[in-house]
Amino acid sequence: MIRYLARRVLYTIPTLIGVSLLTFLLFFMIFSPETLARRNLSAKNPTPAQIDRWVHEHGYDRPKAVLFKQHMQSMLTFDFGESDKTKDRIMDRIKAGAFPSLELGALTFGFTLLVGLALAIVAAYLRGSYVDAATMGIAVILMSIPIVVYVIGVQYFFGKMLRYGPLAGYAPGPDGLRFMILPVLVAIVSGSGYYVRLYRTFLLDETSQDYVRTARAKGVSERAVLFKHVLKNAMIPVVTTTVAAIPSLVLGNLVLESFFGIPGLGNYLVGAIGTQDFAVVRAMVYLGTLLYVAGLLVTDILYAVLDPRVRLT
Amino acid sequence: MTAGLLLHNAWANAPPVSIAGVLVWIVMRSRREPLWAEAYRRLGRSKRALGAIFVLSLCGGIVFLDSLSWQGSRVEEPKTVVDRLFDRPFERTYSEPMGSATVGEVTPHRLLGKHVFGTDSVGKDVFYKVLKGFRTAFAIGGLACLVAVPIAVTLGLSAGYFGGVIDDVVQYTYTVFGSIPDILLIVALVLMLGQGLSSICLAMGLTSWVGLCRLVRGETLKHRDREYVRSARALGASHGRILVVHILPNLLPVIIISVTLLFSGLALYETILAYLGVGVGSNFGSWGNMIDSARDELTRDPSVWWNLAFSSGALLVMVLSLNVLADALRDAIDPRLRTE
Repeated sequence: MIRYLARRVLYTIPTLIGVSLLTFLLFFMIFSPETLARRNLSAKNPTPAQIDRWVHEHGYDRPKAVLFKQHMQSMLTFDFGESDKTKDRIMDRIKAGAFPSLELGALTFGFTLLVGLALAIVAAYLRGSYVDAATMGIAVILMSIPIVVYVIGVQYFFGKMLRYGPLAGYAPGPDGLRFMILPVLVAIVSGSGYYVRLYRTFLLDETSQDYVRTARAKGVSERAVLFKHVLKNAMIPVVTTTVAAIPSLVLGNLVLESFFGIPGLGNYLVGAIGTQDFAVVRAMVYLGTLLYVAGLLVTDILYAVLDPRVRLT
Repeated sequence: MTAGLLLHNAWANAPPVSIAGVLVWIVMRSRREPLWAEAYRRLGRSKRALGAIFVLSLCGGIVFLDSLSWQGSRVEEPKTVVDRLFDRPFERTYSEPMGSATVGEVTPHRLLGKHVFGTDSVGKDVFYKVLKGFRTAFAIGGLACLVAVPIAVTLGLSAGYFGGVIDDVVQYTYTVFGSIPDILLIVALVLMLGQGLSSICLAMGLTSWVGLCRLVRGETLKHRDREYVRSARALGASHGRILVVHILPNLLPVIIISVTLLFSGLALYETILAYLGVGVGSNFGSWGNMIDSARDELTRDPSVWWNLAFSSGALLVMVLSLNVLADALRDAIDPRLRTE
């Protein structure tokens, strides 16, 4: 087990090096610093002197080798330097935004998952019935609406029609949970459709296995088959596909965070995109990747732990 | 119209006509293939699939009509069929669907014409904008797939078939690309390449080949040592021939299903990109732009709901049909994958 773990962790190193190379290529090699400066200063119609100053101040005029060394170092030390726009230390902002993001991420994730799994169990239990068909139909429709529309709709419905407050904002601690109700609601409605379909497939895959036929043959009730036998085995793919989604939630709630005014990482990134802040986007791409790779790692390990059929070699 | 202008107009319409022609030819030709005839028969039995295909051909028809353009004289801008049929003169500002006066002005003004879906803040016809959105959505989906599918299929096939070093390199490449969350990679690419339709398509294409490539590689691995491949090899077929003539047709079902899903996913992504400010830009009529600009319109008094409702409605109809079609295709082409 330990050997498997060690090997699996070591495997992520070349991937991370590859991602660092790719981001370096993307952010430093495709365009000249002048182009970056012009984009960043675009609103003011910059003079050549301004451009030179921007390039110099932000260190883009150093030799490519030096830039490369610094880029790779920042990936190791998590010292991403200063923002191109506001001169803030990027790491400070990330530390400040991590908790709100984590809070929203955990809540949306947990509830979406629960709702998705519950509906999938109902649909699988009543498979072939109208309830099943209706659940699946609604799931497809909910999947086909962009999240932006849900947010606008929910804010309108609660804000203008029900006069419900608060529509947006954030406060730490249990007091701030009331701010989380609307974003979590949007996440459930927009996200659970995918999980319902996925989990129903997992459950039905297990239902056609031999052990289910055996259980039925010896007279186990349909409900006991589903909850005692099928659910236990279907949890393996459920857990593994789910863990891989965790990191994308931390940064993936971009739209939710910025619409509902939650000062998390997603909101920070959205702001940085708006102001063409390359340094921040660069750091966030790397951070997002790191979380994603970590998530995949956990998935693989969990898979090995949960499913005895997987050999640890 | 002079002969020169006629020729010019004809030439300008060659690309859309030939693309539509090739698509129709592929559909007609594949009906005669025994492998596909069965799939068509199964699709034809499903009412939902027929409905989805009908809606999608309607969307395709709008896109085609919006791509046929001609200019009446040298100085005139070329206009498409949709422009000529549905472009309405600008009103002063918002007006309700089928309304007769503007909304939101202190003294409402009479409208110059009828607007089925109303008008937006600058008085532009919403029905016309919704129609224009079809072409942008298809262009994004189509071009991004045109980038992603060749990369995915070439790399996936060769990795699965040849194995060894090629497999290692391909696996490493897609692991690296796949480790960056989609939305972040798209945003970073568009930020660096600059806004616009082509850079969005490139960014989406470079992001979305990973899943398909992994799938194609896995499927190729399964087929590599099947008997039909061995017999082809025994008969002296070259690697290229085995890959393209023998293995690729067996992978097409998987590829078609994922491309359908990819297409619908990209249309949804476009709305997020428009919201983040890295969309196609304001000179393209896109549903993402319409939805984004409708953000504050619901809270106006009286509420302006038609911009949001009709743009997201059109998007919903298209994405829903694609999702339904993908499900039906999965059932029709590959009975093994059936979930029912």
